[in-house]
Amino acid sequence: MKKNFTLTVFEKASVCRHFENEVFKRVSNREINFPVYLSAGQEYAPATIAGIVERKKIKPLIFGQHRGHSIYLSFGGNIVKLIKELKGKKDGCTYGMGGSLSIHSNEINMFGHDGFMGSNACIGTGACFSSKKPTIIFIGDAALEEDYVLASLSWVSKKKLPILFVVDDNNYAVLTKKDDRRDWKAKELAKAFKITSFDLKDDPKKIYNNINKYLFKKPMLINIHTNRIFWHAGAGKDKEKIFDRYLQQKKLLGKRGEIIDKKIGKKIKLLWEKS
Amino acid sequence: MGKELRDTIKDITHRHLKKFKSQVFGQNLTGVGWVAGTLPKLFEKDGVIELPMADVAGGGIVTGSALMGKRPIYIIRYQGYNWFNCIFIVNYACKSNEIWRMPCPIMIRGIASEGSIGPVAGSAHISIVYKMPGLKIFSPMTNKEYINTYKKFIKSKDVFYISEHRHSYSNTSEFKNDIIGKKDIILMPISVTRFEAEKAKNELQQKGFKVGIIHLVNLKPFEIKQSWVKAIKKSKFGVLMTDNDYKDGILRVLAHKVYEKTNKNVSVIGLKDKSAGHHRKVDNLPPNKNDIVQMVKSIIKKK
Repeated sequence: MKKNFTLTVFEKASVCRHFENEVFKRVSNREINFPVYLSAGQEYAPATIAGIVERKKIKPLIFGQHRGHSIYLSFGGNIVKLIKELKGKKDGCTYGMGGSLSIHSNEINMFGHDGFMGSNACIGTGACFSSKKPTIIFIGDAALEEDYVLASLSWVSKKKLPILFVVDDNNYAVLTKKDDRRDWKAKELAKAFKITSFDLKDDPKKIYNNINKYLFKKPMLINIHTNRIFWHAGAGKDKEKIFDRYLQQKKLLGKRGEIIDKKIGKKIKLLWEKS
Repeated sequence: MGKELRDTIKDITHRHLKKFKSQVFGQNLTGVGWVAGTLPKLFEKDGVIELPMADVAGGGIVTGSALMGKRPIYIIRYQGYNWFNCIFIVNYACKSNEIWRMPCPIMIRGIASEGSIGPVAGSAHISIVYKMPGLKIFSPMTNKEYINTYKKFIKSKDVFYISEHRHSYSNTSEFKNDIIGKKDIILMPISVTRFEAEKAKNELQQKGFKVGIIHLVNLKPFEIKQSWVKAIKKSKFGVLMTDNDYKDGILRVLAHKVYEKTNKNVSVIGLKDKSAGHHRKVDNLPPNKNDIVQMVKSIIKKK
């Protein structure tokens, strides 16, 4: 993994982090007054995967669900259009209909979500089956428990579809922890379906090294442990002290990280003010 | 002997697969009589796709295929399976064009049937999806009606629910509305009850009643033609609507729409408000000729 890849991923993550911080402010002051699902703390999963597919010059079909701002932004979704979407404007990326939960973008092949957690697993599977296009399906650790997600994994394996399932594992279903809900791990489950699977932290290097070689060559599932900085919905914090991958990577990058962080922070702030 | 409806459906499906490189999805398609002879004997390489036995996921997979512009056909073998099969159809495919400007057209073939097959596999169950926006519902029982419905689907960006009935597959004839002159009552039957309503009409006419009939095919959107309104307004006792779904579902909704337009009495007769058992003695069957005749007589007597 080259250093410029680390930088590319950091830049993407930085856009996501500053974007979410701006949303957080506006939810706190009630400028945005409908449910939003902030992805701060979880941005390294989509940012890294977007970085990998960009390098491979692949434009996959993307099926996300709630907490998807970072997916949209990492894969090159227009920032202003997402701001407008959250302001309910008709020229938002989802024409003002999607809000925070249901982000759609024809430009980046990102398909909207209906609100049923994990429905994107079956729908993405069908889209991939019929088009044979590389497909990424982002779900959470809770959505993975949906029966129809399990059925989708089974069919994806049977049909050997070029799909990457990304389980954004923040350990919570709203506030119910994984240990209270199940005794199995995503990796073991996928393995039972004969799907190549990994259980990783949101370290970009680890994600890259594990999925790069076989990405879209066979069905794959990657369970990425992340930390949700903000509440399930709205503006608040689950815990004050939490490991923050973004801050860790910024520190690792030293001065370059600080410069990028500052520059992007300023840009995002301005875009919010202007839009 | 004319062409049976089953052969028309089979031909349409064959052409659809070839012309649009489309796909037909469903469970147990390639066995057990090829969906009562309505499906050409083709396999996955030709576009006939056996879905896993995961009913909810199946509807999602078909939705994904439709998003890719495949215009898939989705066969639901028993309409009671709508409870599982249609979750993502009505919550995603039907809303896709409105919310995401992403057309997601699917032609659903939901098959109703009757008689000793219990509360899920028996009767029509379109009432459970009827209220959802973005869904169009048709119930063709003849060759011409089916062909017309398919032609509409090809031009549309919407999800079409074709409410079929196994009894109609051997049908070779067409139905004709009869609204000329002043009628005592006008029957408005849906689905398989149209066959029984025709029989009831003939019997009642032989007994001196003037009975009209309007065959209902386009259920949603439900357009009430001006000529129907005139005929109903002219009638002595209004309308009797018949269906093979529970009477407190789509039937009541349509009846209210007819009432709103005509201000005439609209009665309904459909499935009783009870669960169907499997034995003939405890089944819950749609109204037959005798039920319809009795109902008409009681409406006329009451007045």
